[in-house]
Amino acid sequence: MDIDTREIRFSAERLAEVYEIIGRYPEGRQKSALLPVLHIAQAEFDNWLSPEVMDYVADLLGIQPIEVYEVASFYTMFNLKPVGKYVLEVCRTGPCCLVGAEKLQSHLETKLGIKPGETTPDGMFTLKTVECLAACGFGPVMQVGATYYERLTPEKADELLEQFRKENKRATYC
Amino acid sequence: MATLFIDNAPYQVKEGKNLLEACLSLGFDLPYFCWHPAMGSVGACRQCAVKSFRDEEDTRGKLVMSCMEPVRDQARISIQDAEAVGFRAGIIEWLMTNHPHDCAVCDEGGSCHLQDMTVMTGHNYRRFRFNKRTYRNQDLGPFLNHEMNRCIHCYRCIRFYKDYAGGKDLDAMGAHNHVYFGRSEDGVLENEFSGNLAEVCPTGVFTDKSLKQHYTRKWDMTHAPSLCQGCAMGCNIIASERYGELRQISSRFNGEVNGYFICDRGRFGYEFVNSEDRIREIGVKGKPEIKDRDSLLRTAAARIREGSVLGIGSPRASLESNFALRKLVGEDNFYHGVADTEFDLVNLTLRILKEGTVRTPTLPEIESADAILILGEDLINTAPRMVLALRQAVRRGPGEALSARMNVPLWQDAAIRQAIQQDKAPLFSITPYPVRQDELATKSLYESPDDISRIGFAIAHAIDPDVTEIKRLSDEERMWTAHMAAVLLRAERPLIISGYGAGSEAVIKSAADVAWALKKSGKDVRLSLTVPECNSMGLAMMGGHRLESALDAVAHGHADTVIILENDLYRRAEKTLVDEFLQKSRHVILLDQVYHQTAEEADVIIPAGTFAEADGTLISGEGRAQRFYQVFVPDGPVQESWRWLQQLAEACGNRTLSHLRILDDFVLEIAKTCPQFEGIEHIAPPSDFRIGAQKIARQPHRYSGRTAKEAHIQVSERKPPSDEDSPLSFTMEGYHGIPPSAVVPFFWAPGWNSIQSINKYQIEVGGPLHDGDPGRRLIEPGDAHTPVFFAEQAAPFPIRPDCLYLIPQYAIFGTEEFSVHSPGIASRSPAAAITVARADADSWGLRDGDLLEFQFNGQEYKLAIQTNQQYPRGMGTLPIGLKGVPFMDLPGWIRLKPVERS
Ligand code: SF4
Ligand code: SF4
Ligand code: FES
Repeated sequence: MDIDTREIRFSAERLAEVYEIIGRYPEGRQKSALLPVLHIAQAEFDNWLSPEVMDYVADLLGIQPIEVYEVASFYTMFNLKPVGKYVLEVCRTGPCCLVGAEKLQSHLETKLGIKPGETTPDGMFTLKTVECLAACGFGPVMQVGATYYERLTPEKADELLEQFRKENKRATYC
Repeated sequence: MATLFIDNAPYQVKEGKNLLEACLSLGFDLPYFCWHPAMGSVGACRQCAVKSFRDEEDTRGKLVMSCMEPVRDQARISIQDAEAVGFRAGIIEWLMTNHPHDCAVCDEGGSCHLQDMTVMTGHNYRRFRFNKRTYRNQDLGPFLNHEMNRCIHCYRCIRFYKDYAGGKDLDAMGAHNHVYFGRSEDGVLENEFSGNLAEVCPTGVFTDKSLKQHYTRKWDMTHAPSLCQGCAMGCNIIASERYGELRQISSRFNGEVNGYFICDRGRFGYEFVNSEDRIREIGVKGKPEIKDRDSLLRTAAARIREGSVLGIGSPRASLESNFALRKLVGEDNFYHGVADTEFDLVNLTLRILKEGTVRTPTLPEIESADAILILGEDLINTAPRMVLALRQAVRRGPGEALSARMNVPLWQDAAIRQAIQQDKAPLFSITPYPVRQDELATKSLYESPDDISRIGFAIAHAIDPDVTEIKRLSDEERMWTAHMAAVLLRAERPLIISGYGAGSEAVIKSAADVAWALKKSGKDVRLSLTVPECNSMGLAMMGGHRLESALDAVAHGHADTVIILENDLYRRAEKTLVDEFLQKSRHVILLDQVYHQTAEEADVIIPAGTFAEADGTLISGEGRAQRFYQVFVPDGPVQESWRWLQQLAEACGNRTLSHLRILDDFVLEIAKTCPQFEGIEHIAPPSDFRIGAQKIARQPHRYSGRTAKEAHIQVSERKPPSDEDSPLSFTMEGYHGIPPSAVVPFFWAPGWNSIQSINKYQIEVGGPLHDGDPGRRLIEPGDAHTPVFFAEQAAPFPIRPDCLYLIPQYAIFGTEEFSVHSPGIASRSPAAAITVARADADSWGLRDGDLLEFQFNGQEYKLAIQTNQQYPRGMGTLPIGLKGVPFMDLPGWIRLKPVERS
């Protein structure tokens, strides 16, 4: 469903989860729940945080919208623009580059016809470069949703893309 | 005291400070960005690095951030160490990589801390050859410009706006090299202290938008030490002029009054001085030929001599001007141009402060209060600067406790803020409606003024049984009064705040009772009572009759010639009364600055100087006498009211003012003849004060264009005006060092062109100015004696059918007469509507925006209503002083016209 027309509200189940998280913190400190709630919100609403979604979260936590923007804009794991169903996060830090991350990245760029930060026209893939994923022994590494794909080669990457196309689900962090 | 070795030389410094403060206080030029004397350290910018050595043997040392290290006895540091010097130069170079180097078109240029620090560290060659990061700027409303490309990411703006001033609509967004300081979207910065960003931000990101309308560099303006006329807080300001136009107001540090900060009404409310509505010419009805001073004086004097005269003084005119009028008309014929209710409230306040046992607080005393009770006052709208002080006060207690427990110095701002979270010292706010200070309060109650006073008296009774017990309190009220009394009794430095805001004498009296009861039980308590205008206190201290009596005097033919000093009577009494008064008066002579309704009716209009064109003394609500000085000599006949009145007296053959000519004469005469003003002659140096035979220069030594700026009028340079009233000169000739604190025209020191040069004017950074903070408190409580409490039995607030108890509501942007001439301030003015409880409106079948028709004092009115769920029933508020709101001498009962239901 298109985000613009969809009502921004958690399902009862998600809402219970959110209240459980808020409940972990003392009265008046609901803001502490912001990061986990944002993750849930991102997973729930098409894998990105629109201003409307962030305002909704602000409302749930009883804080100012700008306090949510401040946090959401700080972390690269929050997408502030619409993204594809699969966000391909390729590590571009030294160790991965030494074992072929650059090659992997340029392969993906050619294959998908997009640059980092862009999304394929069919809305399937977004390419994103990220800093160290802390799996340096297993480079090149790419994170998609909550899963790490390690020791990647262009061939393995192609297989993955195929697999994602078949699955055709949204990959989220939670 | 500790011994600190700086580059091997020993210095005696205060323990507990940080190294940066210590070095700056000793006069070293150590660059910094993120540290601010009022806001402490966060160690964000890395600009203040010095070398620290373990001991004498240690030759390598290590780099430390001087703002983050406490002073330790026998510590050894180096500012000149090559590695430290190189590090600081490197930091600036990094900060500047993304900076656009656009000083030539930047409003900060010439008063820019970033420029100063760049020069200080010696970064003068640009090596960065790549693209710069750029941002989109925001429209932040009428007060501030936003130019994010100039940002060096010191975080000062957020630390001031959000942490210090409690703003909710500015934040840091993004990370690493693309952090953005702004709002979530374009729009007005809402916080009432937003203008301070222009001074707090060390670069040209946040600059004064009103200055941009008529931009001039700091070095090209004439400056003078002045006082804000926006309310009775008495904030010290610097007024700056060029080409006969007032161009900027900035804050002038006074540790006892306003510290580093002023509110937006004070900073941006100055534009009336340049406005089209100014009275600049002499006007005599029916005699357009009278344009010059002498013929005016002759004509006016003839009219004054002709009949019996009365004078109406003003709470917004200086002590000198009110004094001159009182002398001219005689004490018996001197009336106060204030609403009668206000007259009573201010006189009561003065009596409480003079005859009571409790002192008014200075700014540091407000900030260090450890339990606060506010009765009836909507402070952001009646005494704005105080709210900023209270915000610091409520953090202070928890901060100090933590600091002691965790052994973290208080200036470690981020650590302390993080640790105390939302903890607050107790602040109780009992007001008629929801107010800004509620966000600081441990408990807020909304009650009618009658009930506020009952609660106040009940608290006083709980503290001291000698206070009459109040009957018929509700259970909730009883519980809260007991709790509040207990908390106040536990505190060491309680502060009670009340004032004119609720329009109720009983509320003020109840605040006095609470303060006196606390004092009696041995507390070091303070009592702050707000008064409305910049010289309300001075006028009350001077004495005089109420306005009503002036109206009577004319109505009964006891007087027929009226001299009105700086006043629009239509803001002081109901229209019909003023109409009648002015019609019945044979001659109406008005001295004022801006045209208004009274001016329309006056026969003789005399152009009076504004604070920018006049010298004078004001008494703030604290009871502090302070002096303001003229910035420039206006063209035409405009001059100080006291000077006009002196000349008028002479022209009338009235000799009482003959011996007074310059400001000093007036000041001395007032001090000599009115014992209540004794001491005002000492608040600033006299006009013959010189430093090395020099006057103090109002213009920076770089002031340019002096020989050319009037070439289109006259090619040869005009003789600059001389100033016989003050020790200041109107030119760049004169003393440029640090003068006595009361006559500092602007802050500047070699290498320090921005406002940060204040450091050099203080005995130690953050502390008082050299020579002591300016001003002198005139009201101190008498010797300790047992107070006579006010409390008496009074019934709870009655809700009357078909009636509404209407009380005045004030607006920081909108109520004050002059500041609304600034378009920016006017645009922030609230709607002219009566606010009532939702339930009341429902019962009348009215909704938001509907018109309420009512009668008050025999007059019919019709105004739109707004509803609010939190208002007590039976009561409403009227935003007074606003355009479109007729004057009513509130509070009072209004009778509602039956609503016709369709
Ligand atoms: S906008 Fe100014 S105060 Fe804020 S971080 Fe940038 S330079 Fe510092
Ligand atoms: S608090 Fe009052 S005196 Fe101070 S700047 Fe604001 S209006 Fe002026
Ligand atoms: S002033 Fe010390 S780190 Fe910024």
